[in-house]
Formats: sequence, C-alpha cells, structure tokens
Amino acid sequence: MQYVIKRIILGVPTLLAMFTAIFLLVRVIPGDAATVVLGDQASTTALEALREKLGLNQPLWRQYADFLYNLLRGDLGVSLVSGRPVLGEILRVLPSTLELAAASMLLGLALGLPLGVAAAVYNGTWLDHVGRMVSLLGLSLPAFVGGILLLLAFAIQLQWFPVIPMGSGWAENLRNLVLPSCTLGFIMSAYVSRVTRTSMLEVLGQDYVRTARAKGIAPARFILRHCLANALLPVITVTGLYFGTLIGNAVLTEIVFNRPGMGRLILGALNTRDYTLLQGLMTVFAAFIVLANIVTDLLYGIVDPRVRIGTGRQV
Amino acid sequence: MSTLQRLCHAPLAFGRLLSRGGTTGWIGFALLLAIIFMAVFARWIAPHDPIEQNIANRLMPPSSEFLLGTDSYGRDVLSRIIYGARISLLVGISSIVIAMIFGTVVGMLSGYIGGRFDQLVMAVVDVMLSFPSLLLGLMVAAVMGASIENLIIAIAVTEFAPFVRLARAPTLAIKEKEFIEAGRALGFGHARLMVVHILPNMVSDILIMGSLWMATAIRTEASLSFIGLGVRPPTATWGGMIREGFENILDAWWLALFPSLAVFATVLALNLLGDALRDAIDPKQRRS
Amino acid sequence: MTQETIAPPGQGLAPVLDIHNLRTELLIDGQWRAVVRNVSLTIHRNETLALVGESGSGKSMTALSVLKLLPTKISRIGAGQILFEGKDLASLSERDLRRIRGNRIAMIFQEPMTSLNPTMRVGEQISEAIRAHKNVSRADARLQAEQLLQQVGIPSARLRLEDYPHQFSGGMRQRVMIAMAIACRPALLLADEPTTALDVTIQAQVLAVLAKLKSTYGMSMVFITHNLGVVALIADRVAVMYAGEIVEIAAVGDLYSEPMHPYTAALLDAMPRVDRTEDVQPIPGSVPALTDIPSGCAYAARCPLKQPCCEKDHPELLPIDGTNQRFVRCFVRSAK
Repeated sequence: MQYVIKRIILGVPTLLAMFTAIFLLVRVIPGDAATVVLGDQASTTALEALREKLGLNQPLWRQYADFLYNLLRGDLGVSLVSGRPVLGEILRVLPSTLELAAASMLLGLALGLPLGVAAAVYNGTWLDHVGRMVSLLGLSLPAFVGGILLLLAFAIQLQWFPVIPMGSGWAENLRNLVLPSCTLGFIMSAYVSRVTRTSMLEVLGQDYVRTARAKGIAPARFILRHCLANALLPVITVTGLYFGTLIGNAVLTEIVFNRPGMGRLILGALNTRDYTLLQGLMTVFAAFIVLANIVTDLLYGIVDPRVRIGTGRQV
Repeated sequence: MSTLQRLCHAPLAFGRLLSRGGTTGWIGFALLLAIIFMAVFARWIAPHDPIEQNIANRLMPPSSEFLLGTDSYGRDVLSRIIYGARISLLVGISSIVIAMIFGTVVGMLSGYIGGRFDQLVMAVVDVMLSFPSLLLGLMVAAVMGASIENLIIAIAVTEFAPFVRLARAPTLAIKEKEFIEAGRALGFGHARLMVVHILPNMVSDILIMGSLWMATAIRTEASLSFIGLGVRPPTATWGGMIREGFENILDAWWLALFPSLAVFATVLALNLLGDALRDAIDPKQRRS
Repeated sequence: MTQETIAPPGQGLAPVLDIHNLRTELLIDGQWRAVVRNVSLTIHRNETLALVGESGSGKSMTALSVLKLLPTKISRIGAGQILFEGKDLASLSERDLRRIRGNRIAMIFQEPMTSLNPTMRVGEQISEAIRAHKNVSRADARLQAEQLLQQVGIPSARLRLEDYPHQFSGGMRQRVMIAMAIACRPALLLADEPTTALDVTIQAQVLAVLAKLKSTYGMSMVFITHNLGVVALIADRVAVMYAGEIVEIAAVGDLYSEPMHPYTAALLDAMPRVDRTEDVQPIPGSVPALTDIPSGCAYAARCPLKQPCCEKDHPELLPIDGTNQRFVRCFVRSAK
C-alpha cells in the first residue's frame, strides 16, 4: 500500500513539469491569437475584447497561475473556434481513442509475447530469424503508412472492411476497429517481441532455470511459471514506456481510418489554430502518460515480489 | 594513431564491423546508399520535373510515360518521389546531427558538472523522454509554423533527450578516473579534458544511436508532413504526397502506395544498418 | 563429526548409479571438445562419493551429464552409458528423463542466492517438486513441504512457506534447495559444490543437514567439491578428477593416509592443515586447456615422478589391489 501511494506522489512533479512545458510552448507563439481567430478585418475593439476574454493581456505569471488553478478545477478553457468547453470536446471523443488503444495493446501483447518466447526458446533456428525479420518490419513501419497499406489492401481492393467507419451497434463497431487496431497491434508486437526475446534469453541462462529443469517439471509449467514470469518484468516496463508512442500512433491511425477521436480533434485544432483546444489536448495526453507510468510501476510491484516486499531482513 | 590515420582507417573499420553484424546489415547499407544516390543525382535520374503541373494528365495510373502515375496536378509521381528523398534525407540527417551535437554537449556538461545542474537537466530530459516523439514534434512544429527549418528543429527536439542520456553515462564513469585528476593537476582546462579524453569513448555509441534515431527522425518527418505540418507545397515530400494520396485514395491508389513504400524502405534500411552495427558491437546480442 | 550409516558402503552392495566410459563434449569455436573423457564410476547404495578436482576438471559436467542438464545446443554426450535402475540415462528421451529428475535422482547447485525462482514462494517451489511426480493434492503437498522445511532445520516452517527466496539468507536458501531436492525421496542426490559459496560456519550446518538426511533416507550422494577439507567430513569414497579424467579412486581414509596419484598427493600438500607446520605447497604449472590436451598422461607436465613413457602413452585407470576398491591412473604407481 505504501508503495502505491509513493508511486502516485512521485507522478505529481512530472505531471506538473509537463503541464508547465505545454503552457510555455503554446504561449511562445509569434503572432496574435486574437487576430488569428477573428481574422484581419476585425475591429480593434473586437480584438481587444477577445484578448481580454482570453486573458492574454495579463502578465505571464498570472496566466500561469490561472492556468494551474483552472486545471485543478478541471477547466481546460474554451475552444477558440467553437466556443465550447475544451474538456467537453475531448471527453466526447476520448472513448473512441481509448478503445483503439486498448484493442491495439491487446493485439500487440497477444502477438508479441508468444513470438518473443518462441524466438528465445528456438534461438538460432529459422523461426528465430523469421521472427526478427518480421519484428524489424514492424519497427520500420510508420503507423499511418501501415494504416494506408492495410486500407488499400483490405478495404479498397478486397472490400472486406469499410473505408469510412459506418453503422452503429456492437458488431459494426468491432468491424470498424479491426484494421486500425491490427495496424497498431502489429507495430507494437514488434517492440514487445523484441524485448520479450531478449529478456527470455537472459532468463534462460539463469541458475534458477537450471534448478527448475532439475526438478523434472512439465515443460508448459516450466516455460510459463519459471521463465516467462521472470522474463515479463522488463516487458512490463517497455510496454508502459510504449504507451506514449501508442497514443501518438493511434492519433495518426485515426486520421487514416477516419475514426472519430483525438486524432481528428488535433487535426482540426491545427488547421484552425485553435490553441486552447491544442493546449487542452496536450494536457490530457500528458495526464494519460503519467497515469500509464504509475500503472506500469504498480504492475511491476505486483509481479516482482522483491519490489513489493522489499529485501528487508534476510533470515 | 593520428587523427588523419584514424579517418582513413574508418571506412575499413566500418566495413569490418558491418560484416560482423550479418548480411542484413549489408542489405540495409546498400539500400541506404541507393536512396542517397537517388537523392543526390535526382536531377539526372528523375524522368520529369517534379513540380511541373500538367492538369490534362492529372490522376493517371502508372503508364510507360509516368511510371508511377501522376498526382492531382498532373505531376509525375516517380520524379516527386526521387526529389522527395532529398527532403527526407536532409531533414533526417540535419535533425539528427543537431540533436547529436546539442545532446552530447549537454550530456557531457551535465555529467561533468554534476550536482544540482545535473539533477535539473536529467529531470527535464526525463520529462521529454516520457512524451511521445510524435506529439512533441507536433507541438513544436505547430507552434513554430511549417517550414523546413522549423521541421528540422522540431524533430531535433524530439531526438535530443536520448543523446543527453547517452553522453552523460560514460562522462560520469570517466570523470572519476585518475588520469582526469592527473590532467587537472597538470593544468589542463575542462574543455580539453572533455574533448580529448571523454569524447572518443562515446563516438561509436553515438554514431550507432544516430543511425537508429535517424530512422525515427524520418518516420517523424513523414508523419508530420502527413498531418500538414511539413514543408509547404509544391515541394515534393513523401509525407505530403501520402497525404494527397490519402485524400484521393479511392480514385488513385498509386498516389498513396508508392510514397508509402518509399518511406518504409528508407526507415527499414536505416533500421537494418543500425541493428547490424549494434549487434556487431554489443557482444550480448551476438548469436554464437 | 561422526557419520551414522544404516549399512557400511562398499563392495557387495548393489550399485545405484553405474557410469561407463562417459564422454561429454562441448562445442567450442565450432569444434566439439571433450570435457569429460572416458569417466567410469560406480556409486553404491548409501554411500557418499566425493568427486574432487580443480575448476575445469570436468566434475560438474559429469554430474550434469547424468541428468542431461547441460546447455542444449552447445553440449552433447559423445559416448558412454549411464545405468540407473535398469535404464541407460544417456539414451533416454527427454520425457522419460523428466520422470527421473527431481524424483529418483535430484541435484542441488552451488549458488543458493541465484538458484531459486525469485518470483515464486518457497512453499510453492517445494510443492511443485512433489506434485510433478506424485499424485497429491495441493493441501497435502503443502503439508509435506512444511515438514520438509522442518527436516532441513528451518524454524517457523509454516510461516516461511509463504516467503520468497530473497527473504532467506544464503545458508537458509541452500536448505530450501535441499528440501526441494529430497521432496520425492530420491535414491541419489547430486550435490554440485553446495557449500562452496557459504561461510565456513554455515557450511558445517548444511553438511550436517545433508548427513542427517542421508542416514534417514538411505540416500546415496555424489558430493562435488574442490575443498579437500570438506571431503574428509562427509565422504565414504573419493574420486579425483584431472583434465576430464578420473585419476584416482579410493576410500576416504586410504586417500588421506596414502595418496597414490601424484596429483592427489600434490592436492593434499597444497591444503592448509592444522597438524602441519611447513608452508603450503602450490602445484607448479597449470591445468592443460581444453583445446590442448596432451596425448600422453595429462598430468605429466607437472608431475615430479614423470618418466619418458608418461608423455608418449596414455595410462589407463587400473585397480591397485585385488579388492577393486582402489584405482589409479598412473604408469609409475600402478607398476608397483
């Protein structure tokens, strides 16, 4: 329990640092946000009114304080373009992005873990080499390129899947999810299988593996409980670190597959220079990444008893 | 061995190193050379002018005249891909070199000076590392505006942090060694100590990391161009071409496919090369 | 330290393990090199055979070969038979070997700190050893595990079942390993330098545990070590190995009072002893590399008794007296 609290507390300064960075970055823009929103033809009074409304005339430290205070209240500001609260806009599309991220992570692990284990166990054979080649392909594939290739092949050429997500309801939803999550899952499996392979190879050379072999236990139990259970630790760390990249890839993939989600929101915000929305999106991303880090640490603590219980007294 | 001798021996050493990494390394190297060649000699290789518009010929599928088809302005896709290599390689190499130089300097300084400064730098670097490179680059590029210089800077920012880490570790280790103290006693300046004694140990690691991160740089460049934050048209960039291809994907599959393959091939080549080099140097990875 | 044995070991008792002309090879630089050369050993019921030698003499490899626990791709058994309970272990399938490992023959290893699964509770690791070979319920296996921990002298056994290996000290971890190994009452225990990594005081405790278990269960033991002091404490018979070969076999008393092979004598001279006042004598020269085994006697280069024939011909392991209890591999010594 102590461990859990400690981890959460450690996340706060990182979160703060990220928020500060985002705040500064957006404020650094050359040019005037008000002019961008209202256009060149707007009257000076209208521009002044908007600047006043957005708080742009305040000294920087005051803006920063307001920013943080609003964050704590959950207020991410108002979209410069639509006038609607930013948080609301984000929450509307967030489930779709999370859905894609979750499905991709599931696929990535389901594909990557067994591949990595097999590559380690059959180290040096053709299976290992093929696995490494495939994982190299996955690493080299940019998310949007993969998405486009899959789109071309399966949606346009073969017409197995819709080009633009359509229909509602449970089954249709799943169908729309297939191609994008396969793209992301394949790319993620490349990272996962690599790290699993390396970690397994290291575990297989350990003394306790030899002891387990000497006990004559069944091979399945041996691989799972003695090898994989210990090999998983670095895999958890890498998967946690990968979460940020996964979100980034998800954003691109959503654009390619025309899914409603953060991707579309970002694109829109970029095109219309809607800085409040952009800032809000980045803030939400930062929060998720810190959350992912905390969850990873917690998982690590669960899996590795040395971390959970601590070395303490050895009797 | 003098520096000049070192420079002359470098290609040979590189070749030997690459062979140790296996045939895939050579494939990657060859592919990369081909792409570099294509970029450098674009003027002589490209069959058409990449920005010459010909509306009558727009959106035509691959033919004998336009080997990879034409885009929505009637421009030859193949020529644009060939010229597009220039942008990708330019952005990739420049951003990595900038990130390498800045990152190494900051890393060395951080390790050397230590104390609060080091803690601060590492905290900033850690934050930067947790943020996905794409989103980081996106933020920077969005804020700075789309141009090739800003793109290079944006990508350099995303690649900066790993080099800081990489340069800091050996600096910390070597800083404690006796010959540094001896050098100080002799009156050598900090700068000289860092450059002459600490830097050479890191060079090979930095170069390998550079090649691996260049693959990421080109991937990020293509992604940012795809979103629209890249170089402005009519200049041909692979990301921009894919974007255009995506907008016309139902009518003109070739427009999206070929630039995609180009990006993929380049990133793959760099990964093959970087992997082989890393395998050759790191004994743990080598298969016996 | 006295030994209690159910019956005196030695001739006349059925052999538990019979190794004939074992040859184990390692793949080094693309070539197969023998690390165990033509080893023949017999272990009888209830006896403790000490297998002694420097590092690299092949003693660990011999034990690992019995259970085929060698690293799979770079090692193999080149020749020989390993007879146990009517089967030749050298030619047994992996599946059949698994039935013997941990069940009829068990092995404990040198490094207790790294030889236990760090993410598995100790009780479960022992229960696993039991349930792999016997059809018992989880609860029963747990009970047996607790009893085993008590037998090896771990206090608060029931509580300790739930602990992880990192919560135990080195000596305690070794006791856990022993408990795990004897869980199925094996006929033979292979102990590969189990006390080498432990403090001297802890060593004595672990040896005591082993001796007690041996007498309680009538277990045979092969005790591998390079420490002649430990050998004197627990062994009935000793086999000395050098460069992959056995160079002498003798009962423990005979070995210490009258070593035959010059290498054995040199080892005893190199050992610090309370009853001796002269300086310790290290053995000049070094063990031949695996890739450079001489064709004659492997020890010839360092041997004070060397004769011209020693470098040309290879001596066989021959019995010294008629009882078939004493063997030596030396032209000079076997001639007497």
